Amino acid sequence: MSAAEEAALATHRRIMLQGLLRTVGMLPVLVILCILIHVLTLYVTGEGRFLTAQNLSIVAQQAAINTVLAAGMTFVILTGGIDLSVGSILAASAMVAVIASQDFGVLGVPAAMATGLFFGLLNGALIAFVRLPPFIVTLGSLTAVRGVARLLGNDTTVFNPELPFAFIGNGSLVIIPGVLSIPWLAVIAIAVILASWFILRRTVLGVHIYAVGGNADAARLSGIKVWAVLLFVYAVSGLLAGLGGAMSAARLYAANGLQLGQSYELDAIAAVILGGTSFVGGIGSIWGTLIGALIIAVLSNGLILLGVSDIWQFIIKGLVIIGAVALDRFRLQGSART
Amino acid sequence: MYSPEPILEMRGISKTFPGVKALNDVQLTIYPGEIHALMGENGAGKSTLMKVLSGAYQADPGGEIRIDGEPVVIDGPLAAKACGIAIIYQELALAPNLTVAENIHLGMEIGRRGMIDRQAMAEGCGEILKRLGATFGPRTLVADLSIAERQLVEIARAVHARSRILVMDEPTTALSSRETDRLFALVRQLRAEGLAIIYISHRMAEVYELSDRVSVLRDGTYVGTLGRDEIRPETIVRMMVGRDLSSFYKKDHVPGVRNAPVLEVRNVGDGARVRGCSFTLHAGEVLGLAGLVGAGRTELARLVYGADTRTSGEIVIAGKPADIRRPQDAIDAGLVYLTEDRKAQGVFLDMTVAENLNLGVIGRDARAGILNRGKGRWRAARAIKSLTIRVASPDVTVGSLSGGNQQKVLLSRLLETEPKVLILDEPTRGVDIGAKSEIYRIIDQLAKTGVGILVISSELPEIVGIADRVLVMREGEIAGEVGGETGYAITQENIIALATGVDRSLMAAE
Repeated sequence: MSAAEEAALATHRRIMLQGLLRTVGMLPVLVILCILIHVLTLYVTGEGRFLTAQNLSIVAQQAAINTVLAAGMTFVILTGGIDLSVGSILAASAMVAVIASQDFGVLGVPAAMATGLFFGLLNGALIAFVRLPPFIVTLGSLTAVRGVARLLGNDTTVFNPELPFAFIGNGSLVIIPGVLSIPWLAVIAIAVILASWFILRRTVLGVHIYAVGGNADAARLSGIKVWAVLLFVYAVSGLLAGLGGAMSAARLYAANGLQLGQSYELDAIAAVILGGTSFVGGIGSIWGTLIGALIIAVLSNGLILLGVSDIWQFIIKGLVIIGAVALDRFRLQGSART
Repeated sequence: MYSPEPILEMRGISKTFPGVKALNDVQLTIYPGEIHALMGENGAGKSTLMKVLSGAYQADPGGEIRIDGEPVVIDGPLAAKACGIAIIYQELALAPNLTVAENIHLGMEIGRRGMIDRQAMAEGCGEILKRLGATFGPRTLVADLSIAERQLVEIARAVHARSRILVMDEPTTALSSRETDRLFALVRQLRAEGLAIIYISHRMAEVYELSDRVSVLRDGTYVGTLGRDEIRPETIVRMMVGRDLSSFYKKDHVPGVRNAPVLEVRNVGDGARVRGCSFTLHAGEVLGLAGLVGAGRTELARLVYGADTRTSGEIVIAGKPADIRRPQDAIDAGLVYLTEDRKAQGVFLDMTVAENLNLGVIGRDARAGILNRGKGRWRAARAIKSLTIRVASPDVTVGSLSGGNQQKVLLSRLLETEPKVLILDEPTRGVDIGAKSEIYRIIDQLAKTGVGILVISSELPEIVGIADRVLVMREGEIAGEVGGETGYAITQENIIALATGVDRSLMAAE
């Protein structure tokens, strides 16, 4: 083998390794966190309470809604934008889901998704056509849509004890009876992740999303319809927030415009960032987002199992997010921009 | 006219960047009370030399800068300021949200115990403004001033800082002729007050009218200095050019099959920087577009491509009127554009070579919006081979490639769309000499297959070497044409003559 070929092979190996690191991303952090929490529960309570089928099922359920929101957020952040309004859109959509279910049954689910899509398109139109900054637009809709959510139920909690799609929130998909079943919420989240992966990695639109985030000027010059891409990503984020609203309503048989979805946008953004997606756009993957969302859910669940007070949960969660991203930067120094 | 003691001497100044020697043993001597023009082609090293003087760059060891005969070390902007050197850049360095007085005092605010004394600041510079003939007061907001007035603020700042050497980089680019006259009067007034003025300009007429002496740089070396009596346009042009054409411009294609226009541009303009430009590009022709920086070449290309909004004119591609409003329209009509700013507007640095290569055609290859990955891999392999792009794998990111290979990736992306017309804006900027000659070969081969190619370049030898015909722009208009049926030879002298507005009678015939 000549020296040049050897060098080429070495470069190739290095690139493969970097690619692997980028794909795996925060997975080691998730695994270590799981083991650590399990060991701690063993130490504190005398039995390992974390890695049990029942608890993992709960974790999956808890992670599901944030995963769905974070998937939409991934699309937005990949273009270099941000969507602060997903928590409020979730609340408004959940209200619509419950109210619509009282008369139209299962149609509450598509109604919630349509509500989310509507607000997402509104965000997207202001950003793509009026060219307002995403932060400003979605900060505005964070407040305005919250108001709409309260308006929808005359500022009360709406109930439907006969909610026809409640199984989504509380039932499980039985795979092997008595042995393996997966909560429907988790099934939906996995489906959303798979669909997102397909769009981002296997379609023309996906390449265009990465291109717009990587270099908007070059994207425009190369004939990509930047406006269409922006409209799409905010629409997807809204649509998935609507789906999240339906999931939320299904779980609670109820919705409250004031309380539901408060600060959900922050958890969704945290999941995306934990997943290694660059805040300036163009770099990132949906698998990273899934891992990020799981880290957040595992942490919340673990701290509850350990009996840590609510106040300390906030403090620890915040520190872990900062620490994990710092670790990631350190690990991929030079090659990653978060 | 000037005292025998030079105020500034630069000797043996060299500046090496990775892979490029931007300045090589350059000298410059400036006397107080003179207007000294610094001339040279784009890339000759004028700006680099001035950046060394202002402390923005550090020269290589071995050179010497003397002020009033004393050696000085200029290791930063503050040191330059302490030496009495002030530079007025083309892009003015003022804070538009502050007042004139605040800008003039920027960094040297008058105040006590952290409290700013606006009154003292206004008084401090009001007198200078009046002396320089300003029609605005020190409390005016800079945002409300015209470009010419802002320039005056910069000059006032230099005077206020007691600068003795004033460098002006193309100060008249954005000025009307009346504003230019006023500026000239001011520059002469400053000269009378004993300041030394280094005046960088491309415009022969200005240099001729204004300067006491002219120094010329070429390819980073010092060519010579002309005294007042020796300044003649043809002498300066010869000093600026004077070099052999390298042998690597090889033409294999037969220039221009006439009467087969692939691109007709008629009266195109944007109402500001480009006015009434018309030209025709034929199939299989390499048409050069020359002109000085700021002449409007890139702006014209972007108008034709639909990247900016055209206010007048029409575009015909391959005989069909093309309604080009955005880049996609141009691409659909068979016209593509290679940007001059590869990193900022061309490649996607974080995406892979294969993704970059295929970006223009993924839509065409896809079925129902789903990527055709096999076709994509095939295209990538083909392009890497035919353009000899040196990469370890098509899956590496473009950001990891050298400038030359990035350029080839960008070029391949355009070529995959199989265009009829190719506009190349500075196709060899920032690429090494090997990649340069390969890009020339690609251009030649494309012309051979009948593609019409418009090449914008600031490197005159390049234009002269590869073009069959050359259009020359000056101040937003097409000033003339050489080669083809014009009767004028394609020479650097002829192009510079048109670009700077020298009398046509000086141009050499075929």
